[in-house]
Amino acid sequence: MLSGAILAWNLHTMFLRVPDELNQGAIFRIIYFHVPSAITSFTGFFFAMFASVAYLASKNLRFDAIAASINEVSLAFATITLITGSLWGRIAWGIWWTWDARLTSYFVCWLLYVGYLMLRRAIDDPTTRARLCAVLSIFACADIVIVWKSIEWFRTQHPGPVLSIRNGGGMAPGMEAPIWWNLLALLLLSTVLIMLRMRQDAIGREIDSLRRYANAF
Amino acid sequence: MTFLQQALAIAGKDLRSEVRSKETVNASLSFALVILLLFSFAFDPGSEQTHEIAGGLLWLVFAFAGTLILNRSFARELVNDCLDALIASPASGAQLFIGKCLANYVLLLIVECICLPIFVIFYDARWPRQFWLLFLVMLLGTWGITVIGTLFSAMTVNLRLRELMLPTLIYPMLIPALMGAIQLSTVLMAGEPLGADNLIWFKLLIGFDLIFTILAVALVEIVLVG
Repeated sequence: MLSGAILAWNLHTMFLRVPDELNQGAIFRIIYFHVPSAITSFTGFFFAMFASVAYLASKNLRFDAIAASINEVSLAFATITLITGSLWGRIAWGIWWTWDARLTSYFVCWLLYVGYLMLRRAIDDPTTRARLCAVLSIFACADIVIVWKSIEWFRTQHPGPVLSIRNGGGMAPGMEAPIWWNLLALLLLSTVLIMLRMRQDAIGREIDSLRRYANAF
Repeated sequence: MTFLQQALAIAGKDLRSEVRSKETVNASLSFALVILLLFSFAFDPGSEQTHEIAGGLLWLVFAFAGTLILNRSFARELVNDCLDALIASPASGAQLFIGKCLANYVLLLIVECICLPIFVIFYDARWPRQFWLLFLVMLLGTWGITVIGTLFSAMTVNLRLRELMLPTLIYPMLIPALMGAIQLSTVLMAGEPLGADNLIWFKLLIGFDLIFTILAVALVEIVLVG
């Protein structure tokens, strides 16, 4: 509910109150979804790694369910980031895609987690699946860090960080605020989705055990 | 037996069985030759452009050929439940992993050392003047491929879609290492001196190798035993 309300308020702010950007026109507004969903996906991947470590430490399958749900939802947000970025690139750069360092690394990250979901599908035994996926999640996260660091090493044509947490940033305060509000909204939304996904998972397992129970007689 | 002795015993076993059967190296080498042949259709073999992307082509061959070796690494132990016997043996998971890694490393390096001169002949490239530097890049890059590949080979060994899953999982994971190796090899194959800006790629390769070796050794016990 809260997430929905903030989202609605943000939509109002970003379309009616924030003026068009001088050089880019209306399309710049896509940043209000692009950047928050990118941050949301990264936050999710990191939390999933912690859940994976927690699983390996405790062998409690609940943590595996958490990690799986977070990764699934984060992958959805990562897809949104790729699509919105591509739309923006078409207008601002004139191309849908370019093999710039940041785009490449984000695509690599996306592929890593597609691999994670594929591996989940490929293993039937729940404990083996949980174990191997937890290891993959940790590896993928370490890989993202290297890939993320690489942004600073490679020449890049992606617009540099414009948010004020880094060296003052380049955005007017009135323009930047909706990004943070939208980040909050998307984080809340992703929490809701993760909880839904986990409930679905729990119900699925219950149905499974009921079916086995029914077959036993 | 010390840690290294046990690991070397495993590596020795793998290499000995490979020397007797020669199945993986032969398969991997012929696959590499096929890729080199295919490249000649994709690019004009003698052109300047091909020289500019020589490093990339070379590492693609190495990465593709490497997957064949890595795929077999644990899969060959499935027959007669050898893998279970290895896990039950006094050697720890880390020793088993390092042993397997060393064996794969040697095999992959052999394939690479054969492919490099063939590549130079086929594509009319110049023999790299700083060959030892290129060899160092090969050592570092190949270790990255081997560590990740061996761990994922252990992870996917019991899957039905093992042959499909391994490349899908390891290539995205390997991109930082491949990127570094490709950048350095391209410069070296072109015969240019390495500048200060290339040093960062060496650091990337070394960092990648270190981080993933440590992670893999720490996690392999979980992968193999649970």
